[in-house]
Amino acid sequence: MSDQPQFTVKIDQNKYLPEGGREVHAIVSVESAGGAVASGASAGAQAAEVIIIDTSGSMTYPDTKLRSAIAAAQTAVDTLRDGVMFAVVSGSNSARMVFPQQAMLVPANDRNRTAAKAELKRLTAQGGTAIGSWLRLADQLFDPYQDGVRHAILLTDGKNQHESPEELDAVLFRCAGRFVCDCRGVGTDWEVAELRKVANALLGTVDIVADPADLVADFRAMTEAAMGKAVADVALRVWTPQTARLKFVKQVMPNVADLSAMRAEAAPQAGDYPLGAWGAESRDYQICVEVPPGEVGKELRAAWVKLVVPGAPGQEAQVLATGNVLAQWTDDEALSTKINARVAHYTGQSELADVIQEGLAARRDGDLDTATARLGRAVKLADEAGNEAVTAALRKVVDVLDPVTGTVRLKANVEKADEMSLDTTSTKTVRTRKDETVRTRRSEV
Amino acid sequence: MNGNENGDMDGEGNDTAVEANETAANGSATGEGPGGTRPGAGQANAGDAAARMEPTGMDATGMNPAGMNAAGMEQSAVKPAELACPQCGVVVYPGEAFCENCGRQLIAGRPGNGAPRPSGRTRCVGCGEAAVDGEGYCEHCGMKQPADRDHLEVELATPGGPVAGVSDRGKRYARNEDAFAIAPHNTGVAAVVCDGVGSSPRPETASRAAADTAATEIATAMGAGAAPGDAVRMAVRKAATAVAGLAESPEAAPSCTFVAAVTGPDGVTVGWVGDSRAYWLSETDTSPAADLADTGELNSSAVTADLRGDPNATSPDAETLPLGPSRRLTDDDSWAAFMVASGALTEAEAEAHPNAHVITAWLGADAGEVRPHVRSFVPDRPGTLLVCSDGLWNYFPGAGDLAAVLRNAQADPAADPTGAARILVRHALDAGGRDNITVAVLPMAATPSTEQAR
Ligand SMILES: [Zn+2]
Ligand SMILES: [Zn+2]
Repeated sequence: MSDQPQFTVKIDQNKYLPEGGREVHAIVSVESAGGAVASGASAGAQAAEVIIIDTSGSMTYPDTKLRSAIAAAQTAVDTLRDGVMFAVVSGSNSARMVFPQQAMLVPANDRNRTAAKAELKRLTAQGGTAIGSWLRLADQLFDPYQDGVRHAILLTDGKNQHESPEELDAVLFRCAGRFVCDCRGVGTDWEVAELRKVANALLGTVDIVADPADLVADFRAMTEAAMGKAVADVALRVWTPQTARLKFVKQVMPNVADLSAMRAEAAPQAGDYPLGAWGAESRDYQICVEVPPGEVGKELRAAWVKLVVPGAPGQEAQVLATGNVLAQWTDDEALSTKINARVAHYTGQSELADVIQEGLAARRDGDLDTATARLGRAVKLADEAGNEAVTAALRKVVDVLDPVTGTVRLKANVEKADEMSLDTTSTKTVRTRKDETVRTRRSEV
Repeated sequence: MNGNENGDMDGEGNDTAVEANETAANGSATGEGPGGTRPGAGQANAGDAAARMEPTGMDATGMNPAGMNAAGMEQSAVKPAELACPQCGVVVYPGEAFCENCGRQLIAGRPGNGAPRPSGRTRCVGCGEAAVDGEGYCEHCGMKQPADRDHLEVELATPGGPVAGVSDRGKRYARNEDAFAIAPHNTGVAAVVCDGVGSSPRPETASRAAADTAATEIATAMGAGAAPGDAVRMAVRKAATAVAGLAESPEAAPSCTFVAAVTGPDGVTVGWVGDSRAYWLSETDTSPAADLADTGELNSSAVTADLRGDPNATSPDAETLPLGPSRRLTDDDSWAAFMVASGALTEAEAEAHPNAHVITAWLGADAGEVRPHVRSFVPDRPGTLLVCSDGLWNYFPGAGDLAAVLRNAQADPAADPTGAARILVRHALDAGGRDNITVAVLPMAATPSTEQAR
């Protein structure tokens, strides 16, 4: 593991709390640099890739969906580095091996790539959609490769109609932490919330590829990113004081994803939150701890954050980097009313994701007042954060009368793809525009 | 921290204070380079010492006068007893900061200066679990353990019984600019408390240098047979030189107050510059009324004694005062004290004035010639000597107030001086803790007998 990238953890917060203050917020920035990527047989940890293509009947309406999916999967196969273990799976009511024929992974090489692409070309579409069964097969394929970077791409065009939500939930519970899965919806007949649930559970991304022609570039990008991962299974280990309560742990950059429910108890007073595989990249997390109020002047370590590679059962975790989240009570209002700019920024973007999803749900339900209010708030927050992608997506759904106050009017006719695009974009965040600015905390009760 | 501007009184301060401060004795140590007596020098020598003091722990330096135990009977009664290192037993000299043989720290009150903490988990001052990690946080409750100077407790065994000092950052200031040092000498103990002047640069370096230098000097001089009053005057001179040596320029002069108390068979000698104080708390004060009569006083006999002091005295102090009921032993070098003493304002009027706590004398390169007040007392009953910064006495100005705090908490300073010091600090914190708080507690078990000692 000597080729591992160098990890750093940085904490941004205002540690000062007013008398009686209880809630401590901090942004944990994790960055990795350098290190050799996991490769084929030569390295200790192997990379494994499974490509899952929806072949339900709807993929042929229009036929371009299936043909684009095949082309995209072929590109992904071409992007695999030599030696990476891979397989291609097709999914309908159940999952089926496309390449190889046996349920196993094979190393990427010229012969296997050519054979896989030939098998992909022969794919036809029929039947329904049972995403859980597809993931179950992927999990089985990854099973012998748990030490390496494990990544799946899942492409679908429809709702998960041929198994119950409970069945899907059970599979997600089983697969969580076993591999990372990026999910893509093609067309507009799939459900953003459903696919987001899959992606969040498997620490991946979700996106819409409205135009099948864009699939090739998207698959190449996803595969390239997967090939850039050097360390699998990094976790954020968060220790909190005996008397404190960890309210949430969220990823806030590059997208908002609540990790709170994924806690695995790791040590006394400490839990592990899975962060998936890492290449050279940086991500930000927000944590919130509720501590018992202390007397003025007292300082507390409200959370001790360690970036770890958890060991096998009975083994010590490998600690990559650490950081302290502090709390210190003061009666100096000039100190306690400052709000850390990055905490404010990401708090705003979490709220942005929430209000967009609530606004779109209200719009679908015909509650136009709520929809207008929520999406108006979203316009204001996106403007404040400088999140131009979200602002652009919002402007396809609402007419903006005043971005500063968030005064909007719902558009009468909205393309389904634009609505879904806004939904998938809602969780994508941008870094702080003006990190140095300090805003005053709204007065605490 | 002494939070008040000291510049306001320029031109009248030292010269016109109510009492004629003693003139510095002849042969003042003006030629001495500041580095020679700075605390850093001594510490550097013993820098590799394994046994630095654990700042928050009870460290009984516990020096025993070796001569009294073993060969004591054969030794002349006037020959000073030898001190032995409590760790390795070799003879050490009064005033030495560290044992030459084993590196053990001998003068108490100095924080560890970043020296590694002893291995083994320290107990958390918050929850009591033995779970403090290397970064100083409790792995149970998360509490940051006090930094070296944030909260410092020292207890020292002396021939006359245990003495203790506690210093706390308080609630308002980011750092503790008070410093104290306790040094045993052959026949008693010396305690020095200094309070960095907040309006000066790096005041915490001034108080540290002054306390360490003075405690070392007093113990050394006492070991050499000096009279306590001379030892204190010498110590103030050396401390003043050390503090002046910290200044980059007269305009940027770290400065601090000073108060020292020396116990011995002759009684108690106190010396001070500024508004840090010493108090006598009689063990036999029973009713609060008895205390009240004595609070906030400017004791006329003490003033007289002070005025009579021979400016060039090198012999034992000409006059000592009897020490009976609880009382304050020092009179502040402050605007308020000056206004009251000169009859311009009543005590209440002076205390209410914004200038009340502006000090009129201090140690520092901008202080000019420093002339300490020195007084000696002979207690006629058992009691406790308190040496403290204004972080304590701001809340409990009268000797009766302080005695009441200890009495109400059922403190027993003679048996547990650290406990008594903690109670006083705790009460100042509970009262607001607006300043750094430092107090040294020196119980005087029995009435010293002058006849015996001479
Ligand atoms: Zn020794
Ligand atoms: Zn604790």
